Amino acid sequence: MATQHSRSAARLMMAPAVILLLGWMLVPLTMTLYFSFKKFLPLRGDSLGNGLEWVGLENYSRFVGSSSFWPSVQATLIIVGSVLVITVVLGTLLALLLDQPMWGQGIVRILVITPFFVMPTVSGLVWKNMFMDPINGILAHLFKFFGAQPLEWLSQASMQSIIMIVSWQWLPFATLILLTAIQSLDSEQLEASEMDGAPVLKRFWHIILPHMSRAITVVILIQTIFLLSIFAEIFVTTAGAFGTKTLTYLIFQRVLESQNVGLGSAGGVYAIILANIVAIFLMRIVGKNLDR
Amino acid sequence: MGQIVLNKVQKKFGDVEVIPPLDLTIADGEFAVFVGPSGCGKSTLLRLIAGLEDVTSGSIQIDGKEASDAPPAKRGLAMVFQSYALYPHMSVRKNIAFPLRMAKMDKAEIDKRVTSAASVLNLTDYLDRRPGQLSGGQRQRVAIGRAIVREPSAFLFDEPLSNLDAALRVGMRLEISELHKRLDTTMVYVTHDQVEAMTMADKIVVLQAGVIEQVGSPLELYHTPRNVFVAGFIGSPKMNLIEGALAEQHNAKTIGIRPEHVQVATTQSDGALQGTVGVAEHLGSDTFIHIHGVAGCDPMTVRAAGDVTVRHGDTVYLTPDATQIHRFDNDGIRIP
Amino acid sequence: MARAVTNTRKTVNTVIAWSIGLLIFFPILWTILTSFKTEAQAINDPPLFLFFDWTLENYAAVQERSNYMRFLWNSIIIAGGSTLLGVIIAVPAAWSMAFVPSKRTKDILLWMLSTKMLPAVGVLYPIYLIFIQLGLLDTRVGLVVVLMLINMPIIVWMLYTYFREIPVEILEASRMDGASLRDEILYVLAPMALPGIASTVLLNFILAWNEAFWTLNLTAAKAAPLTAFIASYSSPEGLFFAKLSAASTMAIAPILLLGWFSQKQLVRGLTFGAVK
Ligand SMILES: Nc1ncnc2c1ncn2[C@@H]1O[C@H](COP(=O)(O)OP(=O)(O)OP(=O)(O)O)[C@@H](O)[C@H]1O
Ligand SMILES: [Mg+2]
Repeated sequence: MATQHSRSAARLMMAPAVILLLGWMLVPLTMTLYFSFKKFLPLRGDSLGNGLEWVGLENYSRFVGSSSFWPSVQATLIIVGSVLVITVVLGTLLALLLDQPMWGQGIVRILVITPFFVMPTVSGLVWKNMFMDPINGILAHLFKFFGAQPLEWLSQASMQSIIMIVSWQWLPFATLILLTAIQSLDSEQLEASEMDGAPVLKRFWHIILPHMSRAITVVILIQTIFLLSIFAEIFVTTAGAFGTKTLTYLIFQRVLESQNVGLGSAGGVYAIILANIVAIFLMRIVGKNLDR
Repeated sequence: MGQIVLNKVQKKFGDVEVIPPLDLTIADGEFAVFVGPSGCGKSTLLRLIAGLEDVTSGSIQIDGKEASDAPPAKRGLAMVFQSYALYPHMSVRKNIAFPLRMAKMDKAEIDKRVTSAASVLNLTDYLDRRPGQLSGGQRQRVAIGRAIVREPSAFLFDEPLSNLDAALRVGMRLEISELHKRLDTTMVYVTHDQVEAMTMADKIVVLQAGVIEQVGSPLELYHTPRNVFVAGFIGSPKMNLIEGALAEQHNAKTIGIRPEHVQVATTQSDGALQGTVGVAEHLGSDTFIHIHGVAGCDPMTVRAAGDVTVRHGDTVYLTPDATQIHRFDNDGIRIP
Repeated sequence: MARAVTNTRKTVNTVIAWSIGLLIFFPILWTILTSFKTEAQAINDPPLFLFFDWTLENYAAVQERSNYMRFLWNSIIIAGGSTLLGVIIAVPAAWSMAFVPSKRTKDILLWMLSTKMLPAVGVLYPIYLIFIQLGLLDTRVGLVVVLMLINMPIIVWMLYTYFREIPVEILEASRMDGASLRDEILYVLAPMALPGIASTVLLNFILAWNEAFWTLNLTAAKAAPLTAFIASYSSPEGLFFAKLSAASTMAIAPILLLGWFSQKQLVRGLTFGAVK
């Protein structure tokens, strides 16, 4: 297959994608890095044209020094971690259930995927107002029905609320991938183990789960990519209040709300470092797991 | 028209030299067969000719024109793959027409050629089917049809029959041979089945580890194998190769005697070798007897008449035909 | 006897699965229902389920407040354009990776994927400046380019996994048959990989449709797609549940219909080609 012709053709055909992505990565990254060492407050008249004042590492130390920094890292990790756990566990259970014989399987599957189609701004707003509103929300009605005091979801249980909303959005994705994986499991293999008299739990643990490990890896990889940068869900619900300020959101506020580009850029560099740590960690597993 | 000349052609994959520099000429109109054990580089050599791989060094000439750097499409060759490689999304008609469409031939001419190829290959009734709806033999015919419509200067076949069952294989073998007779176009055919090689070839090229062991007509190879490897590879059942005292009697390191050149008797006679019958394979027309106990060659295979009635454990006496003994020296090379 | 047991089991499965399915679907169902209520009915205590006076007034109100068609059209152009452009650039790249693999292929693929992990917010301001410089701020072209770039790694990856299922020999056969590289991709590879390409296109269309960081931050009035249309409802005045529901329904309806109708390809696409 590999002749000189096809190899040079391959290089040529790969070039646009690689060059575009390289540019997309390097140009803004370099600028962010540059800004992070500068005092850059556009509202106070700083601009690229007038030259920016070099402040060394001041932005970096100020960003870490701010009281919101560590809580934001923590919030980010908690949201990503919890959503991953919830979607993988519930997704596995749901996939096992959907794999069983039943009537109207196709329709149930449609019902289950649908949240994936809903844009984050819509799901944020719908949950915030129609479900989590402490007076008129469905959940408030439900609590009252059972005689409990309705919760002010987005302030009293803000993190849980965000996690719930995001999990609802991503559960379909996890379920479907895991379902596909289960369905590809050799039924003969399962029947053989059934004949051997392996109890249900044991069968799940020793046959189904290992078979699904690759699918679970894919779920974790892809969801992490998207979850690290969730934005709209927070933007339209708490706007970062009540401890739901993720790193992404904190930087967004520094750059756009307080218009401190230098500080925000330093934050951006931190976010990139965090993402890279997660990425290296993930790529390790994925590189190993995807090879097969 | 379809002469193919390989000049010091060498192929390396990375640091591994799969084909050391090699010279070979395939004459126009010739049916050349590459045989050799698995992994010896037959497919690689064919793909080098096709242009699907680059030569590491050396040159390939097709029709007298330098072709080493030409892309496959420009070499004027057609190839039939082991897996048929039909386009699954196209009907048989479209499959066969594809190379003509690529050559921007006009529609009427395409139709004419497809129709005639289909009738030659008995595919007329299947023209509107998809490859997935055909049997293995039919798919193979479509692949051949796709090759012949282009009227290439040579055909390349890579083990085209190995996915077919035994009966079909014999039939297709004949069809390909007939096709060659009719078209009179150069064909290069890769197989590891030496029956195919013997029955189809004008010229057999025996390869081992990328090296040409011998080139010649089937009978040349049969009668005068150049070395022990060829002697053992060509002929079915295999030639008996005997080492030790018996070989020394003939002033050779190894001697070879084909199963059909050994007389077998149940009574002792002068100078005969004694052995015990192991398995006797009765084919009806012939019986292949595997005999144990002959020094330097265990078991020794002998071809006897179909009605021979020796049984397991019988003692038999073997007399090789002295005029048919092949002698090889210490390097395994034939002693004339 | 055995049959009766399986039927019981099947019934139990059905009941559980439908309950869970409906529970997951409920927020969407409730939104759609609410969009047909009056504002007063929308916050009725207890909540009204089906028996209310169905009305279309909210849709009219939303349309009056903001020009839905313009947002919709922007969404279609942005999602469609970025997906199409992405596929056009990604197909050749995926061809290279799948059929002329080298030692670096896997590294390049993982690198591409890792660019997706770059936090968008980290590069927001630079992109913002570049957009101002190039006059791309609040333009559809600008968003098409950005969304194409952020989805490209996924498109390449998905196409790569689909292409790898296609035997190289068939492509080689086409080369022997005289096909140029363009013919090979257009007439042999693309039709054979069509289901995979369709899944890729669908999934990325949906991802682009729902993208809500760049679309919110790089648009104002002109190029704003439906994600921005709905975000303008995040600060309510007065009674607004029904109108919010109507706007939400309008924002998600097109993609919901597309998703439901192309469910099969989509499910395949949802697995990003990585699970079979
Ligand atoms: N792309 C490649 N990269 C590295 N080594 C290769 C490649 N293709 C073939 N080889 C090696 O070259 C040698 C010859 O391979 P080739 O496919 O030509 O054998 P073959 O004679 O056709 O065998 P078979 O009868 O099994 O088809 C083998 O050892 C094989 O491992
Ligand atoms: Mg081979």
